[in-house]
This record gives sequence, C-alpha cells and structure tokens, in this order.
Amino acid sequence: MHILTMNQIKKSYADTQVLKGIDLCVSPGEVVSIIGPSGSGKSTLLRCATLLTRIDSGEIIYDGMPVAWNDGDGKAVYASRSVQKKAARSFGLVFQNFNLFPHYTVMKNLTDAQVSVLKLSKQEAQATAEALLEKMGLSDKAQAYPCQLSGGQQQRVAIARALAMKPEILFFDEPTSALDPELTGEILKVIRQLAQEHMTMVIVTHEMRFAREVSDRVVFMDNGAVVEQGAPEKLFSNPDSPRLQSFLAKF
Amino acid sequence: MTVLQILQQMAQGMGRTVMIFCLTLLFSLPLGMLVTLGKMSRIYPFTFLRRFPNRFCQTLSRLNPVSGLLGVMISLLRGTPLMLQLMLVYFGPYFLLGIPITLNYQFYAVIIAFSINYAAYFAEIFRAGMQAIPQGQYEAAQVLGYSKGQTFFKIVLPQVVKHVLPPVTNEVITLIKDTSLAFVIAYAEMFTIAKQLVAKEATVVPFLVAAVFYYVFNALVAFVMAKAEKSLSYYH
Repeated sequence: MHILTMNQIKKSYADTQVLKGIDLCVSPGEVVSIIGPSGSGKSTLLRCATLLTRIDSGEIIYDGMPVAWNDGDGKAVYASRSVQKKAARSFGLVFQNFNLFPHYTVMKNLTDAQVSVLKLSKQEAQATAEALLEKMGLSDKAQAYPCQLSGGQQQRVAIARALAMKPEILFFDEPTSALDPELTGEILKVIRQLAQEHMTMVIVTHEMRFAREVSDRVVFMDNGAVVEQGAPEKLFSNPDSPRLQSFLAKF
Repeated sequence: MTVLQILQQMAQGMGRTVMIFCLTLLFSLPLGMLVTLGKMSRIYPFTFLRRFPNRFCQTLSRLNPVSGLLGVMISLLRGTPLMLQLMLVYFGPYFLLGIPITLNYQFYAVIIAFSINYAAYFAEIFRAGMQAIPQGQYEAAQVLGYSKGQTFFKIVLPQVVKHVLPPVTNEVITLIKDTSLAFVIAYAEMFTIAKQLVAKEATVVPFLVAAVFYYVFNALVAFVMAKAEKSLSYYH
C-alpha cells in the first residue's frame, strides 16, 4: 500500500493554475525526487501534500486514510481537523530556509514538539534528540542557539527536528537552495544516509546529480503538470519528452 | 514647612502614583494583546453574501467587523487627549446615565482610562511585533503538530516580546509621567499633592521633589527594561 496517494491535484492562485491535475503515489521506503524549472509547481505540490496549502480539487490519502477528496461538484473537501492532525503525524517537512525556532536551543528545538505534541516524557524526548544529533554530527551543539550555527548545521538540525517526530515520510522543499556548494554537500550526505536506511522521502531539488544518484524514481514537472517520470537512469540518460531534454541540457 | 514634612505629605501620593503605574501595565498589556489578536483576526461573517452581484452585498461580504471596530477604537483613543478621556470616564457616568460619582470612583476612573488608552498604543506595537514573525515559523509549528494555542504561546509570543521590548519601554516611560494627568479629576496621586502644597506653602520645593521622584522612577524602570532586553539578546 502507498504511504501517500495524491490524485488529480488542482490548485489555482487567482487566475493562474499552478497545479493542473497531478498524480503522485509514494510507497514505503521509496525515495522520489521532483525536479523541474522554477514556477513549475513543485513546491506548491509539496505544500499541498503537507496540508500547508489547500487544494482546489483532487484527492489526498495518507496510509489509506482520506484527508481530502472531491464532493459532488468536483471541489475538494477536507477531513475533520482531528483526522488532518492524525495524518500530519505521518509526515515531516524540511524547509528551504530551515525555520528553526530561534528562541530555543538546538536541544529544545528537537524535544519540544515531542513533549508537547506527542506527549512523550522529557527523558524519552531527550534520548531521541541526542541520538539524532549524534547521527547528524552535532552532538556538541545541543545547547547552541540556531543563530550560532552555519546554514548547513541549521539545516541538519531541521532534519533532526523532523525525524524526532518519527514520520513515515519526510518531505524536503529544496533543502539546499539556501546553502553554498560546500554546505550543500553536508546536507546531501545526510539525505543519502537516510536513503540507505530506507527512509521514505520526497525531495524537491535542483541538484540533478544528487537526484539521479539517490532516488528510486524521478518526477519531472513543468508548468503545473508531470511531464515525465521514471527510474533516474532512464530519465536522465534517455529522456523521452523534448521539454525534459531541453531542461537537462542546461545542466 | 521643612523638606522632610513635604516629603512625608507627598509620600502617600507617591504610593498612589506607583499604584496607577503598576495597575495600568497589569491591565493594558494583556488587553493590548487581545486587541491586536482581534484586529489581526480574519472573521468575515457575511461571506455568504458574495453570491449576490450587487455592490452593497459585495462590500458587506468583505467586511471584518471585529477588526474594523477595533481599528476605529484605536484611532479614537490615539486621536484624542488622554486627559479628555480621563474626564469622560470620570464624569461620563453621571452626565450620561445619572449615576452619582463616589469618591472611590476617582481611582477606578484613572485605572480604566489609563488601561484602555495604553492598550490602544500597545496593540499597535504588538501588531508590528506579530507581523515581524516570519510565516515559516507558523508553518514549521503546524507541520510539527502544534495546536494554535501552543503555536502562539510557545513559538510566537516569546519572539514578539523580544521584538516589542524597545517600543514598549518607550510607552512605559511615558506612562510614568502621564500618571500626573490624574490631577484633572483631583485624584490625590503625588503630582496633585505637590501642586496643592506649592499653592498652600508658597514654595517650589514640592515640584523639585516631584521632578526627582519621576526621574528616579524612570531611571529605575529604564534600568529594568534594559536588563530585560539584554536577557533576551541571546538570539536574534
């Protein structure tokens, strides 16, 4: 069964249709990269999947649990808030600009949601956080504040914060776009490691080499639609659509 | 009359001045926050009128009465003198409703007028502070599963406090000096007593005492606020 199923997702802002009926399914353990030019709707799709943006029509299902579906008029209706909250437990999101809580230490960034949302004890939360920081190579930064860290370190903390909630699927919204090439490497290393551990991930990225190497499946979006998708080898070395050919030619 | 006697007479008034100051802050800060939340709320009770094409219904459908009403109130409170508001609160019940004014009411009138007036100023400061919080903070909190209340109290409010501390300090310092306005309804805070003593004893010493008192009180408050600001400077 799929962890996430999105069917015929449509979304418009004013007169512009940003998503023109997107289908996306993600199986457990799968790593999916979404590539495409800026403005193609990749980030909007991710925001819809993480319930930050409401879809106009379509269907969103997490673990067989419908979160949004179409009513008779073909307009999307959402499940009750409690169902949405339950679904939200199954995913995590890593933002382009980290969005760490600046007034909390790294440790508190990692433990606070575990304690106040998952209702875990402070000890449990701290143990989880310490293990994750160790994994991220940030054990010595537990008591630092986000503003004292480099961008790469902040993004690793953000990944750890998302993982601390034990999501079944982790979304990345251009996780390296705010970082220089050196720091980008740090983050890609972490994601690669997560892929080896069979973490289910959906990654919106502009790092083509990385997408090719780490993903099980690559989705190419352009102008609000999925133009082509498939195994990375096939997609990158032998793309069918002229649009993808011209897009890849620029890298 | 010796300086010591003057001090003794004024001491009780000083207590009342400090009392006005403390109670006004106690009420106006939370009230200001509530007004901010109301003003920033997005409650449109007439959206159902959007289906009617005429202009009146269209305008009404975009109306946010809570925010609009609070906006008008803030405008009135900031656009008229506090002294006038104070007199209105004090004399209003008698002239408008025929309720006799009791002596106790002087104190209440001062606290009511000051709290409401300062809440209007604080509300606008808090609004600026709220708008300085990046949308990403709300989104991160939402994805992590925080409730709306948790997001506000744990994530947003602490950051707002840091942002608004300097302008709030400004208002607090103004408030200390504004307490002297209570003399217009003859409430016996320190400045009212000082004026009476000056008139009765034909000496300017009470004014000097008052000046020193305000200055020291202000210096103290400024010191405390600077400490508070410093204690929040561990992040930016």
